[in-house]
Amino acid sequence: MLLIRCPWCGERDEVEFRYGGQANVAYPADPEALTDAEWAEYLFVRDNPKGAFAERWVHTAGCRRWFSVVRDTVSYRMTATTATTATTATTPEAAQ
Amino acid sequence: MSSQPPDAAAQLPEHPDWLWRNPDPKPSYDVVIVGGGGHGLSTAYYLAREHGLRNVAVLERGWLAGGNMARNTTIIRSNYLCEASAAIYEHALGLWEQWPQELDYDFLFSQRGVLNLAHTLQDVREGVRRVNANRLGGVDAEWLEPDQVKEFCPIVDVSPDVRHPVLGATLQRRGGIAKHDHVAWALARQADAMGVDLIQGCEVTGFVRDGAGAVVGVETTRGRIAAGRVGLAAAGHTSVLADLLGLRLPLQSHPLQALVSELLEPVHPCVVMSNHVHVYVSQAHKGELVMGAGVDSYNGYGQRGSIHLIEHQMAAALELFPIFAQAHVLRTWGGIVDVTPDASPIIGPTPVEGLYLNCGWGTGGFKATPASGRVYAHTIATGSPHPLAAPFGLDRFTTGALVDEHGAAAVAH
Repeated sequence: MLLIRCPWCGERDEVEFRYGGQANVAYPADPEALTDAEWAEYLFVRDNPKGAFAERWVHTAGCRRWFSVVRDTVSYRMTATTATTATTATTPEAAQ
Repeated sequence: MSSQPPDAAAQLPEHPDWLWRNPDPKPSYDVVIVGGGGHGLSTAYYLAREHGLRNVAVLERGWLAGGNMARNTTIIRSNYLCEASAAIYEHALGLWEQWPQELDYDFLFSQRGVLNLAHTLQDVREGVRRVNANRLGGVDAEWLEPDQVKEFCPIVDVSPDVRHPVLGATLQRRGGIAKHDHVAWALARQADAMGVDLIQGCEVTGFVRDGAGAVVGVETTRGRIAAGRVGLAAAGHTSVLADLLGLRLPLQSHPLQALVSELLEPVHPCVVMSNHVHVYVSQAHKGELVMGAGVDSYNGYGQRGSIHLIEHQMAAALELFPIFAQAHVLRTWGGIVDVTPDASPIIGPTPVEGLYLNCGWGTGGFKATPASGRVYAHTIATGSPHPLAAPFGLDRFTTGALVDEHGAAAVAH
């Protein structure tokens, strides 16, 4: 089980959280201009790296707020936590 | 083949170090398959057997069948909901029924029946709907009331007083289990005998492309290998490989856990799965209870999972099977599964000339092994999708023609 640091509540067990997938995926600025392939990319394709990954979690059993972390997908170690919104997440590069 | 003979364990073949050669890679092959698990071996087998392609290599970074093939819970069934998936899994089940004789190797295929339990009215409706859909599609399926469940699997608690009472179940009598590592050895032996080079300890680190961008080979830890065509069969690591080409795929890799108990005398006559309380249990030929859990919610390549998923699974198992209360867990493990947005696989060509994909089987790959290899071999050999694979092309995420199998995929993901 992961020990996750909520920026507002501190370190809590993973079971208090829900996973939100890749961070920093912005809603298309001009949705009507997107091609089918661009829509598919936005809806279905996310990064899936073996290594540092910026992702979102929500503290469902606590403050119910979203935040971003950078986690290594092999060691599962979290190296950065950011209280932020969906569109201004931290990146793997920022943690290195 | 029906249920296993009582002395099945005594009939197990010896360890098969001598069942295939261990060749060095040649400079060039007509087809290179990346990944020496069940699907890669099955693909190589059918490339050689049905398409006459003998100049084929299977490259495995570790050892043959040491990844997901050795980490799954060995359940075989074909009672999927959508026509496209039921068709490919039923094709697989038909091949499973032929394989013990065709491969001339005893991998203890045991058609002991698969129960999928229903615990809510919605489960009942979904189960009955799936039974009807399966029958229309030529897949054997029955609906059992709780007393019939008890008759078929006496150790299941069907009393109405438990937290998640059993309201019924679907039954596929032709479903069952097989000994997964022996399946791999059987395939490896046959592919090797037809001339396929099975190369272990050979990790693909890059791709060779020609001036037009087509893939014409692979870079490996054992040197450059030219290839007429390259087929990926790398399960959870497919996106890691595709990233080397700048090819982005609708895949997320998650750890999927399982565990076995200590050896017990035969108590569990069939396979029992429960989506709602989330556990699936069978008893291996040697006597271990083999139990599956869910995927971790987060992306991961660590080949280990979270203890709270096991707790959840064990709680469900104990409610359904009070007889398990004193059983000890022997070991737990995790495999990395590649999950697609519609819980269906991706099979077919890619935008990169010369590169083919077989991935995204999520939690359901083992049971598909024969059909996966056969349709993939056809797709690679002919350059166009096998009819059974056509609905599973990468382009479905652009066209929107998804094969939404979340309901029948058995593991929530």
